[in-house]
Amino acid sequence: MEIIFAVVVGVLFGASIYMLLRRSIVKLIIGLALLGHAANLLIFTVAGFTRGRPPLVPEGASVPAGIIADPLPQALILTAIVIGFGALAFAIVLVKRVYESVGTDDIDVLHTTDLHVNP
Amino acid sequence: MSGPELLVVLPILIPFVTAIGTLVARRNPAAMRWLTVVGTAGMLVVGLLLVATVRETPVAVQMGNWPAPFGITLVADLFSAIMVALTGIMGFGVAIYALVDVNLRDTRLGFYTLYNVLLTGVSGAFVTGDLFNLYVWFEVLLIASFVLLALEGKRSQLEGALKYVTLNLFSSALFLSAVGLTYGLVGSLNMADIAQRIGDAPPGMVTTIAVLFLVAFGIKSALFPLFTWLPASYHTPPVAVTAIFSGLMTKVGVYAILRVFSLIFVVPENQSFLLNIILGASVLTMISGVLGAVAQTEVRRLLSFHIVSQIGYLIMGIGLFTPLGFAATIFFMGHVIIAKSALFLVSGLVQRSRGSFQLDRLGGIYREQPMLAMLFLVPALALSGIPPLSGFWAKFALIRAGLESEAYVVVGTALVVSVLTLFSMTKIWARAYWSTAPDDAPPRRAATRGWWPLVVPTAGLALLTIFIGFLAGPLFDLALSAATQLADPTLTYIPAVLP
Repeated sequence: MEIIFAVVVGVLFGASIYMLLRRSIVKLIIGLALLGHAANLLIFTVAGFTRGRPPLVPEGASVPAGIIADPLPQALILTAIVIGFGALAFAIVLVKRVYESVGTDDIDVLHTTDLHVNP
Repeated sequence: MSGPELLVVLPILIPFVTAIGTLVARRNPAAMRWLTVVGTAGMLVVGLLLVATVRETPVAVQMGNWPAPFGITLVADLFSAIMVALTGIMGFGVAIYALVDVNLRDTRLGFYTLYNVLLTGVSGAFVTGDLFNLYVWFEVLLIASFVLLALEGKRSQLEGALKYVTLNLFSSALFLSAVGLTYGLVGSLNMADIAQRIGDAPPGMVTTIAVLFLVAFGIKSALFPLFTWLPASYHTPPVAVTAIFSGLMTKVGVYAILRVFSLIFVVPENQSFLLNIILGASVLTMISGVLGAVAQTEVRRLLSFHIVSQIGYLIMGIGLFTPLGFAATIFFMGHVIIAKSALFLVSGLVQRSRGSFQLDRLGGIYREQPMLAMLFLVPALALSGIPPLSGFWAKFALIRAGLESEAYVVVGTALVVSVLTLFSMTKIWARAYWSTAPDDAPPRRAATRGWWPLVVPTAGLALLTIFIGFLAGPLFDLALSAATQLADPTLTYIPAVLP
């Protein structure tokens, strides 16, 4: 199971970096989205899988009995998903504004701030 | 919650409450402005009190009374406290400057709310004792900075923001992955707890994670070769925004590098491979930043490249990995935050009075506005390291630390880059201030009494560089105590968090 997830995480990271390196700003957004998924899935994978053992404390006890699944990575991922959602929503609006302002989706054209003389 | 514990929470609480206050008062620009000035003044006071409180031992607060490795810990050691105080100084100064510099439209669009959220994120990053919480604070300050950068919606701002946003989100993903791998390896997110447990982990994995953190924070602090987003974006927003970014944003990255490497990834004596990477990055950052600056003719772009170059100095002290090196980095941090932001504020004053940021369209300022010329000259000389100003002592301490560690290549580079910094400051001075104005210079606007919010913080920061220069002894002692706390976390930091 871990191996499948490890491969999926690797493929996601690879795909996202490939998309980030393309010249289209729309593909840039897809790259950023995949990047967030890759990082989240990585956290899920490295924390280890425990099947069918929910982290529940039995009635009357103060600690759960035996081996349980670790609930913390899911809390981390949930936080990261929410943050990533907000950041991505902003990035999409930004890309739309850049497209309206520049009139092209080619990243190579976006170099006016790196020129010596600004208009 | 006792007094010292409250002081640790207040740097986050004050700007957060102020941000909410500006939302409530969003129809009243004057209320938003003055609320922010009052809030940042409160931050400044709290920051100074915090420095006095944690001088001897760090103070830790367990949020929600969950005991340390399980709950979220806020902890202020002397280094955190110094950074919070610097945040207060910059937040207060720039809030006053923004009274005039930020126009009504940006104010209505929520400039002050974002400004306070940015300060909340910065303070949070400085006082948190939890690795995942650090990630969350980074995102808080990043989101606020994204919007501040693109608020006016000009083409240059949108283009700059796209590069800034992409590279910083990429860095956040690397940071998040590193946090996840750390958790998988040691099963904890509390930094003090990780520091105790990481000794049992396989060294190869630890080094891999350390490098991942270095790259993630390296992008945020604009290390070579990861700095390209900075000169592409920092010169586009209003001057007040550039000044607060230059003062705080990259420095949060440097803070995180120093915190993580002094506490968690303490490099063993015989394994200097990682330190050589840091020192190499420091050398290349210094050189590439200053050479980039020498080629520029737009004042804000020129200064942006200098931010990069100065980051090299900050990283140098970390790469030396001695208490003296850490102390030099902390002292340098205080110096560069103040001097560099003062230079940006002056460039805003010049633009307002002379109508341009372009060096070849400026001239004659020294003859016609000598006081303005002085406001530039003091921080410029401080940045280049001319005695008795703050930069001299900061560089002196760094060079001394480098010589004690026998890192001669880095020391030589630091000295050469210092001369090049002076050269590039002289270039601005000779072109814009000393020579006569060109024929096509834009029409001039005389300073009016309403400009006091622009002049007072600029002059205040310039005076502060002189003040640091004359009080270098006691202030360096302070930096040295902070560095001593950092150098051996088992003595003070870890016992404070995990009693």
